[in-house]
Amino acid sequence: MNENIIDIKNLTKKFGAFTAVNNISFSVKKGEIFGFLGANGAGKSTAIKMLCGLSRPTSGNGTVAGFDILCEYEQIKSRIGYMSQKFSLYDDLTPMENITLFGGIYGLKRKDIANKASTLLENLGIADKSKQLVQSLPLGEKQKLAFSISILHNPQIVFLDEPTGGVDPSSRRKFWEMIYETASKGITVFVTTHYMEEAEYCDRISIMADGEIKTLGSPQELKNNYMATSIDEVFRKIATKAIRN
Amino acid sequence: MEAIKSENICKRFGTKVALNNVTFSVEKGCIFGIIGPDGAGKSTLLRTLSTLTTPDKGTAIVNGYDIKTEYKELRKHIGYMPEIFSLYQDLTVEENLEFYASIFNVSIQENYSVIEPVFCKLEPFRKRMAGKLSGGMKQKLALSCALIHQPDILFLDEPTRGVDPVSRKEFRDILTTIKARGITIVLSTSYMDEASMCDCIGFFNDGHFLQTGSPNEIISSFSKPIYSVRCLSKYKVLMASRQWEDTESCYINGDTIHIIFTQSIPDTYSFEKYILDTTNETIKISKTEPTIEDCFMTISNIQPQ
Repeated sequence: MNENIIDIKNLTKKFGAFTAVNNISFSVKKGEIFGFLGANGAGKSTAIKMLCGLSRPTSGNGTVAGFDILCEYEQIKSRIGYMSQKFSLYDDLTPMENITLFGGIYGLKRKDIANKASTLLENLGIADKSKQLVQSLPLGEKQKLAFSISILHNPQIVFLDEPTGGVDPSSRRKFWEMIYETASKGITVFVTTHYMEEAEYCDRISIMADGEIKTLGSPQELKNNYMATSIDEVFRKIATKAIRN
Repeated sequence: MEAIKSENICKRFGTKVALNNVTFSVEKGCIFGIIGPDGAGKSTLLRTLSTLTTPDKGTAIVNGYDIKTEYKELRKHIGYMPEIFSLYQDLTVEENLEFYASIFNVSIQENYSVIEPVFCKLEPFRKRMAGKLSGGMKQKLALSCALIHQPDILFLDEPTRGVDPVSRKEFRDILTTIKARGITIVLSTSYMDEASMCDCIGFFNDGHFLQTGSPNEIISSFSKPIYSVRCLSKYKVLMASRQWEDTESCYINGDTIHIIFTQSIPDTYSFEKYILDTTNETIKISKTEPTIEDCFMTISNIQPQ
């Protein structure tokens, strides 16, 4: 059996004369926490869209959760979760309504949704707030709720797009502990962030610039290879050489 | 000399207390960072100091002027950059800058040297609509507009949110050049690593400062020894460490785990053995220096569950 949950070969995406993603190849193992880094405009979002089955590559191929990204993207969509800081929950719905909505979208049965919802709200310690609107929750709680909902359907991979903006170190760590817990259950976590200290929480990271993956490895390997004391320093060494900026 | 001196500022919105007796001061010519999570009241504090809102109680002297009674005069001497891009998207870069210059009754040519370190990067885009700029460029335009009247104090609300590490480094360098002109800078951020660019920082939570001081002062005031643990399965080791009876607090820190024990000289040998017995993980434990994050975690006294 293939242990790689993401396996990408020579993936390229062009928009007219502009090559957003240029021939990237990488793989991510089951249960791994993979950090996907890059400056604004490096091509991260375009690459993620192809992995999620939302955009077709110009060339190259690969599999996500065992399905071909070129032709089996509908199967991929039902086996992945997605959360971003910009959009994850409906602020004007309650936590319960959000759970019901997203559970329904992922095709869960009403009974399953109800069961999962009560455990989920209990675990997050917000059972007493299940009838308040999401907008009244503190940001840290919103983010944990959004993450829990993104894995409600027990996906094989969850994509987290800059998930932890704006929270204090304590809430951020609670969030990362949820990520670790999720990964320990075998769900692969694919995460982007602009905050390099967070990158150090990942098992492996890649750094993109000019549409290419410039380096890939564990935080420690990268720091060793680039003779840097932090990932921030590694990142700057790579990104300042980038042409697109 | 003090650029800002605030005393017991209080502000509430309905039942929500945004500012709770904020008393602090900022030395002239330094960069002061208000560091705290979203919802802590940082923006309300900045808006109060820059006279966009009035306090319910207390007051502050900013640049020698009282924010309650002398706000009209004060406004000529401060610049404010809000968290959300608030320039005219359908005006060009140049038009936005001209508009701000004319409001403050100054000419761009006269004051160009003040904005030069920021605006030089925008020169090629003078004729572009502000709405069509990238995030980093928008931020530079907003900063240019906040600087065009040569303020004595600059207030920046979350200037580096959503900005990638390269642009953030660039932004820090720009702030250093602005500071070198004698301009006092007060900024807010939710990221502890921004502390490194500040001369002085204040941990802000629940509407008041928990601690203020230079980054070095804050770090040296941290009295407990802190240990760093390296291991393969951080999650397993973290959970087991929490169960150890002499653990006061422990949390993930980058690719290690940080632990503060209840004793000042902990028995690390027994701890290592305990972890090996319960998780089958071999760990490397060593004493480490606290970071600004460790200080915030401890002072805010909220431990991850």
